[in-house]
Parts: sequence; structure tokens; C-alpha cells
Amino acid sequence: MVLPRGPRAAFPRCPRRCSSPAMAFTFAAFCYMLALLLTAALIFFAIWHIIAFDELKTDYKNPIDQCNTLNPLVLPEYLIHAFFCVMFLCAAEWLTLGLNMPLLAYHIWRYMSRPVMSGPGLYDPTTIMNADILAYCQKEGWCKLAFYLLAFFYYLYGMIYVLVSS
Amino acid sequence: MSQPGVPSSGGASTGLQVQNGAASSLGSPYVNGPVQNALMSSQVSVSQGYNSQLPGPYPHLMPAKTSLNPVSAQNNYGGSQTVCTLSNYQGPGQTLNRPPMVSNPVTTSLHSGPVPRMPPPTSQIPAATSMPSGSFLAGVNLPPPLNWQYSSPSTGSQTNHCPHPSSQPSISGNTNVTTNHQHVFSGDPSLQNSCLKSGGTSNTSNESMVVHNSYDEIEGGGFLATPQLTNKNPKMGRNVGYSYPSLPPGYQNTPLPGTTGMPPSSLNYPSGPLAFNQTPVGANHLTASVHGLSLHPEGLRVINLLQERSMLPTTPLQPPVPNLHEDIQKLNCNPELFRCTLTSIPQTQALLNKAKLPLGLLLHPFKDLVQLPVVTSSTIVRCRSCRTYINPFVSFLDQRRWKCNLCYRVNDVPEEFMYNPLTRVYGEPHRRPEVQNATIEFMAPSEYMLRPPQPPVYLFVFDVSHNAVETGYLNLVCQSLLDNLDLLPGNTRTKIGFITFDSTIHFYSLQEGLSQPQMLIVSDIEDVFIPMPENLLVNLNESKELVQDLLKTLPQMFTKTLETQSALGPALQAAFKLMSPTGGRISVFQTQLPNLGVGALKPREEPNQRSSAKEIHLTPSTDFYKKLALDCSGQQVAVDLFLLSGQYSDLASLGCISRYSAGSVYYYPSYHHQHNPVQVQKLQKELHRYLTRKIGFEAVMRIRCTKGLSIHTFHGNFFVRSTDLLSLPNVNPDAGYAVQMSVEENLTDTQLVSFQSALLYTSSKGERRIRVHTLCLPVVSTLNEVFLGADVQAISGLLANMAVDRCITASLSDARDALVNAVIDSLSAYRSLVLSNQQPGLMVPFSLRLFPLFVLALLKQKSFQTGTNTRLDERIFAMCQVKNQPLVYFMLTTHPSLYRVDNLSDEGALNINDRTIPQPPILQLSVEKLSRDGAFLMDAGSVMMLWVGKNCGQNFLNHVLGVQNYASIPQTMTDLPELDTAESARTIAFISWLREQRPFFPILYVIRDESPIKANFLQNMVEDRTESALSYYEFLLHIQQQVNK
Repeated sequence: MVLPRGPRAAFPRCPRRCSSPAMAFTFAAFCYMLALLLTAALIFFAIWHIIAFDELKTDYKNPIDQCNTLNPLVLPEYLIHAFFCVMFLCAAEWLTLGLNMPLLAYHIWRYMSRPVMSGPGLYDPTTIMNADILAYCQKEGWCKLAFYLLAFFYYLYGMIYVLVSS
Repeated sequence: MSQPGVPSSGGASTGLQVQNGAASSLGSPYVNGPVQNALMSSQVSVSQGYNSQLPGPYPHLMPAKTSLNPVSAQNNYGGSQTVCTLSNYQGPGQTLNRPPMVSNPVTTSLHSGPVPRMPPPTSQIPAATSMPSGSFLAGVNLPPPLNWQYSSPSTGSQTNHCPHPSSQPSISGNTNVTTNHQHVFSGDPSLQNSCLKSGGTSNTSNESMVVHNSYDEIEGGGFLATPQLTNKNPKMGRNVGYSYPSLPPGYQNTPLPGTTGMPPSSLNYPSGPLAFNQTPVGANHLTASVHGLSLHPEGLRVINLLQERSMLPTTPLQPPVPNLHEDIQKLNCNPELFRCTLTSIPQTQALLNKAKLPLGLLLHPFKDLVQLPVVTSSTIVRCRSCRTYINPFVSFLDQRRWKCNLCYRVNDVPEEFMYNPLTRVYGEPHRRPEVQNATIEFMAPSEYMLRPPQPPVYLFVFDVSHNAVETGYLNLVCQSLLDNLDLLPGNTRTKIGFITFDSTIHFYSLQEGLSQPQMLIVSDIEDVFIPMPENLLVNLNESKELVQDLLKTLPQMFTKTLETQSALGPALQAAFKLMSPTGGRISVFQTQLPNLGVGALKPREEPNQRSSAKEIHLTPSTDFYKKLALDCSGQQVAVDLFLLSGQYSDLASLGCISRYSAGSVYYYPSYHHQHNPVQVQKLQKELHRYLTRKIGFEAVMRIRCTKGLSIHTFHGNFFVRSTDLLSLPNVNPDAGYAVQMSVEENLTDTQLVSFQSALLYTSSKGERRIRVHTLCLPVVSTLNEVFLGADVQAISGLLANMAVDRCITASLSDARDALVNAVIDSLSAYRSLVLSNQQPGLMVPFSLRLFPLFVLALLKQKSFQTGTNTRLDERIFAMCQVKNQPLVYFMLTTHPSLYRVDNLSDEGALNINDRTIPQPPILQLSVEKLSRDGAFLMDAGSVMMLWVGKNCGQNFLNHVLGVQNYASIPQTMTDLPELDTAESARTIAFISWLREQRPFFPILYVIRDESPIKANFLQNMVEDRTESALSYYEFLLHIQQQVNK
């Protein structure tokens, strides 16, 4: 943050991102804003995921039904995440992109190593009740929730930063 | 509830209603019919005879295969399971002979006389409170005898496998052996109790005798004959909960004088009878380790496997007996039905992790039983919070309340349960059959049904493509079906149907009134529909002639077919559509890779990569079969797959159809009606068993365990519907299951844990039944005790199941490494954490002395072996077998028994029903045990091989094989001629005795030196070195190296 100094304070200028100084609302800011909204959606996905696995664990739901509801949500989640990763790439927000790369890589790995399935999705009703897999999925859900929450505030910060500094 | 029956928490309210209903119905006058009375009195007289004949201490734990004393079979309240409603104590329907509470003169007179009336709650409580300090602590201070290594009572009369103390080992450290204890081992195991008793004085032994008598009576229903004392003792026997030592106060002191008269030499004995009679169950194992040291030195030995090579017992290995109080152990579940890998459950997960042994259960819940008590009752007593069925290990706080042994909730005893139909005494809930038998079957009332019980429905789906006709299997299968049509389990509602398929699907209308079966061809395999669905599945009784007609003509109908394609997927879809309204069993016969329509598969085996552990296709290539199986499972349809194929058929994909629908897979590689007569015979025998065996429909199985333990993974053929519930559209008596467990909460405040499996199914007679098995095990807190209680067979079985999973999720080589690491880890844990002084060599606890051998055998088993040319389908079939076979048979396939049979003698022979069955010792599986001048029988579960040495005695050749000389033994000989010689009689008696012990029929191959099957024989020699696998000794060295690192 460059502190406004002297008489120029009336026209704050960013030393780095001032390609179009007149336009305060940059593409990067737009990316952050979009990411903010989408991350909010992803947080809901993650919560839904956690609830679903908790229900499985406490016997409220049939694993077939549960997988049928969870599987269609997997790809949208991954695509949303990949989408704003691409957006950050375009906006040349390298730090943000770098923070998201591990999750993106994890998503790609996870989807590559999914069981043999004809439909989209990850979860196989015949193996989902295995305690290891169940615990893994639950842990995955919590970790993602934490990540998305942190990311949410980071994007908020990033957006304000970009807006203010431009 | 979303599942048929076994309602869980939500069912509490229904249970409540039922109880209320029962209570109110008590008011109605029950008829105490004369018939029932006559029945009872005749029972009594019979059972007296029974008691006098069999004073043995374990009468109720009859082994399933032992032929029962006929008398006992009659007077048993349960009776054989084939009888549908054997409820002597509960009349069928509403003609119960339960006496009204007040006015049955017979009962009251019996009751008031000798029986100390069950004290009302008020008087009971003083009894409970006045005593604990006495007996409980006494039990702790004076340790009870430990029954590690007790020969299992279920086989006690046959074998005593403990190696005899003649080779008395060097006993480690603190062990303290007095020789006079060793007579526990020697002699007839059925006398073991009297051995123990003999240490005491006469009055203590009387004491014990009384206990046993009373159990006899409970078993036999001989109430009238019991002397006064016996009615007190059972109550003591009921004293399962450690928290409630409910001996009558006068009782606990009686053994004490006896102890003073002990021979001073046997220091440990005084406590024996005392503990037996007094100690509430939970207390005994607190001191078990101390006491056990002196009583069973063999079980506590530490063995250096590198020095002692012949650890294999010469008689079949018996499962270890949990270290429980004798009274509890007597009631415990038969280990053939239900056993645990660790008979002493570690207290915490940390302790379990330290031991590096898997904790799990191995079940064979639907095994054919000779004797099974069946209870008909309108109220099935279950715990209100966890829905556990009442079982022998619950504790009765007082007459009206019982405490659940799984969740510790205190429940009320329903009014109906107060009456014991067996003795016809009111106020003895603890002597009801439910509380006296760990294995019991309930007739389920209507709240256990989601729909009316389904009829037995059998659908047969035959591959009739050119390839299938070539193999000629259709002839055999149709003939076999014709022969067994009347033996199919079922009733008048039985339905049957047939589908054949090649590139099209053929249905057969068998409507009553047709002159001959009508064939309907559906060629649209993209969108399969069912033509005239009502006539395709027909009542077997009404259309029997048409069915027989069809079965006779079917083999000829396709002899000239040129159709080579096989549309298995669409045919299965059609079968599923046909079956889904009712549920039932689909039997599919397939002879090639399905290559048309949905579910078509591609060959993906590369023959030259068969031997390597890499890059083999163990996972399914499509999820079509799995999804269809799940659909089937939802509609209570099971699919059994018979694969008779010469080429690769991708069993990994096809097998899913059976695996997730709780079916079974049969595989006959290279089946051909002429070229492969042995497979033909095998198919014939297995079909017979398959068609006639018991079957349960629309079943679910729930496994419950004491709070703190939780289920980790299930293994077997089923669909897991929730954390503890398996959906089993069909259940058959040849299926076994395995369950991995974990310790979630510490078990520090409990001393016993219980496991209960409840299988709810519809019998072929249309009855809804629940078969409940309960297993009770002690909890221990030290690593040494965990190791001492390890059940090496169960551990190997569970490890094999886990290794199959590992093969599928990771790779074969990973699974092999994991198996070896399992041995290394547990033995190094033992070495570093249990053994105080580090000795050289490979030190193992006695209980795990066969662990490396069994793991080596697993590594050389078809599922996991490398280096040999195993066909992919055969390997996958072996893996299916690992998952689906009951433990006993699986262990036989993995580590076969080898006997020398050319010199059988009657020495040590068994006598069963006037037949003399020689008992040759089991030999180690090593070529060094073979000799050219002998004949050796290898019993590998599903197959037996008789290897005849080149210089085998002329006597054996002539008198057993019935041939002139060695050269004239035929190339394929699968039967022994029945000759009129003593040798032949002995050999045949032995082989048929082995066969009788299992439900399937193992084929006997007679092998000469140049027989092609000799390779199989030698492959089973697991202790020997092969091209790619270590010998046993090398394996031990490898393990030692790793352990001592």
C-alpha cells in the first residue's frame, strides 16, 4: 500500500497496476469479485458435502441415494474452481494463482484416480461405506471448507487491495 | 424404516407397543392343552435318560457335524432347523401353554417346592449388595484357572491337539510350572473339567457337578428331575455381568471349606473351584495372566521358529478358546460360526496399533446346523436403545430388569418373557432359551416385514451361443435341474422361469394349459422388454410338466446354432426386469466374453504378462455390472454366476454382478463335456449342492458390537447399506463374511465385549426368521495378553481379505508386501515390546507360531502368487473365493492338509456310528515328507489329491486302488473302487469322513508321477522353494532379518 503523500493525495496512483489509471475497476478486481462470489458457492458445496457424509455415517441415508446426489456436484465444483484459476491466470495474479494451484492439482489427481464409473462423479456406493474412505471424504470436506473460507477472505482482501491501489 | 426389519433406533417405539400388547394379551386365558402336557412329560422322562448318559460338561455346545445323540435331538426345545416351527415351549400361534400367572397348579407346585422362589426385587438387592465384597474380591485374589488352550469343547471328543508336554519347552522367565497341572492337557478333553475338579475336595467337585447337571437339564428340559440345588446354580450361571455377582449369600461360602483340604502341593488349585463357582465373569481375567502361566504353559511358550521347525500340529488346528469364565465360555458362540482374530480384545486403539495385528470378525452366519433352537414368540426381547437381541451375556439386575451388554442400557423384562416355556416356570427369564443359547433363531412377527414374505423365485439364464453349445454344458445342467426339481427349496408358491440368450434373448412361456413350452424371441437388445410377463415366471407345482418338457428339449434346441455373439448384458437386464416385482435368485450360465449390447467387454489379458505382478487388470472395466447388481440388490434379486469358459472372460467385470448382489461365483475353466470330464463331475456335484441347499431371501444382516468398538470394513459378497447393515438379497449356507473392527473409544471400564450378528431373512417356506449369533470376549490391557489370545487362522483369513482389497485399490505387489509386512510388524512388536530379554532367533508367541507359515501359504495361493502362469480369470476367481468362503474352507485351500494313507491303521481311529475312521497325522507340506514308496492324500478343501509314489507298496495298489501295478493306474482316476479289503475300507472311510465335513463335494484326483495335475499337487507344497517363491525356512530367515533390524 502506497500511502498518499503531499498534494498528489487527491489522485492516488498505483505504481504497479496503473496501465489504465482512469479505470479504477480493473480486470483483476473483477476476477477477485467473481472469485469471491464463486467461493461463497463453493463454501456451500463443501458444507453440503460434509453434511452428506455425516448423514451417511449416522445411517440416515442410503449410500446409493447419497452418491446419486453427490456425484453430479463434483464436476461443477471442480470446474468452478478451475474457472477462476484461469481467470486469475488471465489477470496475471500470480500469487493468488499459486495459492490455488495445489487444490487444482489435487482436483485433477482426484478425478483421474476415480473408480471405474460410467457417469460423472467420484463416489462409488459400494465402497463409500468403507470406514477409511468415509473418514477420508469427511476430512476432505473439512479441509476444503477451511480452504475456501480462508480463500474467501483472501479474495475479499485482494479485491479491496486492487480496488484501492488502482 | 428404510430396511426390512432389524429396525434400529426408530424401532424403539414399536418395541414398546409390542410389549404393551403382550402384556395385555396375558390377561386372555391361555389354554394349557393336554397335548402340551403330554409332550412335556415325555420330554422329561427322555431327558433324564439323556442326562445320565451324557454327564459331560458341554452338552449344549455340540459340534454341528457331530451326530447328536438321538435322544437329545428329540427332547431339545429347538430341534433341527429343517423343522419349521419347533417350538415345544411356545405353541404355534396362540395356543401357548404359558400358564396364567397364578392358577396353574402344576407349575406352582413345582415351583414352590424345591425351588427357592426367585426372590422378589427387594430381597434380591440385599443378596446382591451383601456379597460383592466377598466373592468379587475373592475371585480377584485367588485367581481362577485360565483356559487358554483349552481344547475346544466342540471338538473335544475328537481331538486333543495340544502338543504333549513330553517335549516340554523351555519356559520363559516368570513362568512357574508345576507338573501336576499338566494332566489338564492329557487324556480325554471331555474330562478336562473333572481334571480340574479333582484337585479340589469332594464337596467342591459336587458343587461343580451340580452346575453342569443343571445345564444339562436346561438343554434337555428335564426340570422335574433336578434336585434342589440345581435351581440355584443356574442363576449363578446367569451371572454374566461383572457388576452383579448375584450368588445367594449362603452359596459363596460353601466352596471355601473345600479349599482348605487341598493338597498343599498344588498351590494354584484352591482357587480353581472357588473361582469357577463364585467369580463373576468379568473378574477372572484380571488375574488370568498370572494364573494362566501355571496352568497352560504350552500356550505361553515363546518359540524360536528357526529352531523348532515342526510346529504344525498333527491334528487339525483348533481355534483358541477365549479366556473367559467357564460358565460364560460354555454359552459362547461356536467358533465355526463366529470368531474373532483376537480372542482378547485390546483395551485401546493404541494397544491394538502396537500389536500390529488386525482386529476383526469372521462369520459364517447361515451355516447348516444340526441343531438350532428356534423360538416362536410374539415379543422378541431387544434392547430399547441399541436394538440388541437379548442374549446369554446380558446381565439381569433383578427379575424384572436386564442390562444390555452392548450399550449398557437397563431394560425391562416384558411380562411374556418371565415365563420360561422350557421348564414351565414363571419368573425365570434368565433360563429362557434366548438367554441360554448364543446361536438362536427367532420367528419374526410382522413388524419385521416391509412386504409379505416373498415366494421362492428361481430364474435360470443360459448362454446358448455356439461356444456354449460346443462345451455341452446345457445337457448336464438341464439334467441336473430335472433331477433336483423336487429338491429345490420352496413350497407351493415356488416360481421358476428360464431365459436363454445368444445375440437375441429367448423367453419361455410356461403357462398352465399349454401343450408345450412356447418360445418368445426378443431381438431388440438395445431396449429390452418383457413379452407377456405373467407367464414367464410360473408356479413350479402347477406347471411342473411343462418345465420338465422344456428342460428335456432345451439342450437339443440349439445344437445347430451358428450364433457366436453373446448379449449377456441385455439378458441380465431382462432377467432383472422379470424378477424385480418379487425378488429371488437368478442363476446365469455364461461361457464366453459378452460382446454384444450393453455390458459388452473387450479382452484385456496379455498372456505373456501373466506371471508378473504388474499391470494386470483386477479392476472391472465397466461399471455396468456393478450398477445392475445394485439395482438387483434393491429389488431383492441375487445373481449367481457360473462361468464355464475356455478363454479369458473378464471375471473381474462379470463378477461384480454377483459380488454386489450377494450371489456367488462358480468358475470352471476349460469346461468341456468330453475333453474335461473332471470339470463335468465337479459341475455336477456343485450344481446338486447349489440347487438343493438352503436359501434365505430378502435378507439383511446387522452386526452390533459393544459401545467403543466400531466396524471398519466388511468383506464378502453383499451391498453395505449403512455402517453396520449388509443387504443380502439372497443368503446361502456356503457364504462367509469378514468384518474389520476398530476400537473407537477406550474400553477401560468394561471387561467383556460382545458382538452380535443378526440375520433377518425369509426362508424358502415363506417364514420371516432372524438368526442371531452372539460372541463374548474379554478385554485385556497388556500387549502380552493380546498376543496370547491371537487366533492365527482368523488373522490369516482377515489378512487375505484385506490383501484382496489392496490388490484392487493398489496393486498385487503392494498386497504381497503388505502381507509380509503384517508378519514382520507384529513379530517385531512382540519382540521389542513384550520380550524383555532379546534373544537371537525368531521369537514368536505360541499363538502365532503358524503365522509366518500361513502368510507364506497365502503368498503362494492362487490369488497372490507371482511367477507362475496363472490365468487372470483363475486369479480373480481365487480372490472371489477368499472373500466369499467361510474361514475353515479357505484355510484348507490355502494350507491344505497332507496325510499319508498307504499305511492307515485303526490306531487312534475315531468311531462314529459304528464306522471306524482312521486318523493319520497331518504332515508338513514339504516334499521331504513325501516318499516314493508311499501314497499321500492332500486335502485342499474343494479338491483332494492322492499322490501315489512310484514304488508304492503292491498292497496299496491292489487293495485300495484295485490295479495290478503302478503303470496301470489310469491317467485320470477320480474314484476309489470299493474293494472288499480292510485297506480299501479304511481309505474310503477316511476320505468320505473328510468329505462329510463340508457341504460341497471335493473331487479326488489320483495322481501318478506323470499326471499333468501333479504340478498342482506340488504347488501346494508351500514349505518348499519354487522358482519364484521362498521356501519356508528362507522366508523365516527373511522375517528374522527384518524383525531384528
